[in-house]
Amino acid sequence: MGRRLSLLVAVIAVAAAVTSVRGHRRTPPREPIARTVAPASLRESGLYADWASKTVAAANRPFSPQYPLWTDGARKQRWIYLPPGAVIDATNADAWQFPVGTKLWKEFSFGRRTETRYMERAAHGWIYATYVWNADESDATLAPPRGTLAATEVAAGVRHAIPSDADCRACHANSASPVLGFSALQLSADRDPQAPHAERPEPGALALPELIASGIVRGIPAWAAAPRIGARTPEERAALGYLHGNCGGCHRADGPLASLGMVLAQSVGQPSAVLATTSARASQFTTATAHVRIVPGAPAQSVLVARIGSRVPATQMPPLGSQLVDDVAVELVTRWIAQLAPTPSEGAIR
Amino acid sequence: MNRKHFLFALTATITIQAACDRGDDAGPRTGEFAAEPEAKAAPLAGAAKVERGRYLVNAGACNDCHTPWKVGPNGPEPDMSRQLSGHPAAFEMPPPPAASGPWIGAIGATNTAWAGPWGVSFTANLTPDPTTGIGTWTEQNFIDTIRNARHMGAGRPLLPPMPAPMYAQLTDEDLGSIFAYLRTIPAIDNKVPAPRPPVTAALAPATTSIATRN
Repeated sequence: MGRRLSLLVAVIAVAAAVTSVRGHRRTPPREPIARTVAPASLRESGLYADWASKTVAAANRPFSPQYPLWTDGARKQRWIYLPPGAVIDATNADAWQFPVGTKLWKEFSFGRRTETRYMERAAHGWIYATYVWNADESDATLAPPRGTLAATEVAAGVRHAIPSDADCRACHANSASPVLGFSALQLSADRDPQAPHAERPEPGALALPELIASGIVRGIPAWAAAPRIGARTPEERAALGYLHGNCGGCHRADGPLASLGMVLAQSVGQPSAVLATTSARASQFTTATAHVRIVPGAPAQSVLVARIGSRVPATQMPPLGSQLVDDVAVELVTRWIAQLAPTPSEGAIR
Repeated sequence: MNRKHFLFALTATITIQAACDRGDDAGPRTGEFAAEPEAKAAPLAGAAKVERGRYLVNAGACNDCHTPWKVGPNGPEPDMSRQLSGHPAAFEMPPPPAASGPWIGAIGATNTAWAGPWGVSFTANLTPDPTTGIGTWTEQNFIDTIRNARHMGAGRPLLPPMPAPMYAQLTDEDLGSIFAYLRTIPAIDNKVPAPRPPVTAALAPATTSIATRN
């Protein structure tokens, strides 16, 4: 149904364009021009004002989510372009609605630029693309639909895996908003100093206060203006934040995987549902020593720890996007679970 | 005999997947959701949808791997009393024989356990049992699983010999019909074991991700 609607919108867009060309419409075309497929190369996407010097266009603003996704230790930079005068509807603080024409880029570097992922909000929906950099960083072209292994190594003998089209959709299309790192919680001014792998926002980076003050983000409830994860300790805050940023896209209260009843996402202004849906809850996936999602006080018996600590494809969590275990995060989550009181219903930490 | 069956099945799987792969790799990714052809008829529903699903399941070889095989009066055949219930939990598999030379895998006697460079995979319980089957799944979960070649569409990769790249060519309506039919078969309580990682851990990530990437 959605695709048919998309097709209809595309047909209408083409018809409108043809009509305009023939002179029946005198108004100039609205920017940006509606696109239906991704640009063939990163060069055409509008990220850089000057390709040779890799000078990012001034209209593309950097941003830095406080709980970033682990990608084998890649250095990441992110930019967003919003059409002039366009607004983000933040009425639902957990699922912002982005205007047509929004573009986002995320650049992954392992010693050199390796991959730049791209999203664009077109009239018919979101366009996803991944551009692979060549060795001398002179060009970045579309990755094959099935993804590929990049030339760059993330560890001895392990090469960075560029995701397939289906993998793009597996994460982004399942989430509350297809934009995973640009949200109220991720851009809150109340940043978590213990968040694993968080990059320091670079000068000029967009954050929630500016977005609200400038009117770009509208409709956001007052209580969501500086969100912070409710936690009993700084360590718990960081652990819950890590799970939100790395697992919460799929593991949330609604969406395609709601039937799992496992909520690792945080909802702005709401108490965390993580322990209520994991503590002492049987896991469908089991190992020889772990059968329960989280066993308070016993990380070694907790399936969640076993899965984030594995990179065997059928076991690992997240199930895609990295080839190496995030040791820092595993240690953090292990420590947090070890400190949970064995009687989780009392809601206290030992 | 089992090895002959295995080689035939594996060759067929690889051939089918290779054919699909050639289609996938014909050009660069378009980076958008492809538009469906315009519908020419009303969507199937009810009994007609179930019947379409039955046809696709029977023609699509689902029983070959998801229904345990037994030795019947005419030789090996799917045990339809356990239709599509996956690898029997009670049929515990010892470690597979080591790969030797060009032989890279092995198959269990029920045709429901497969060993290769990806480790050991056990075929899934596709019956509507709510605990051990796909009784709690939505139609969209099923479509996403096949389309993305991942459990529930976003979880662990589907493992060989599941020819997901081939079935991913089916339309949403056909996949929905298959799901509708699967809702009508008897629910069977059978907890299929989790896949086992490869014995040679060093080979695990690369070989498995390549083998299962869609």
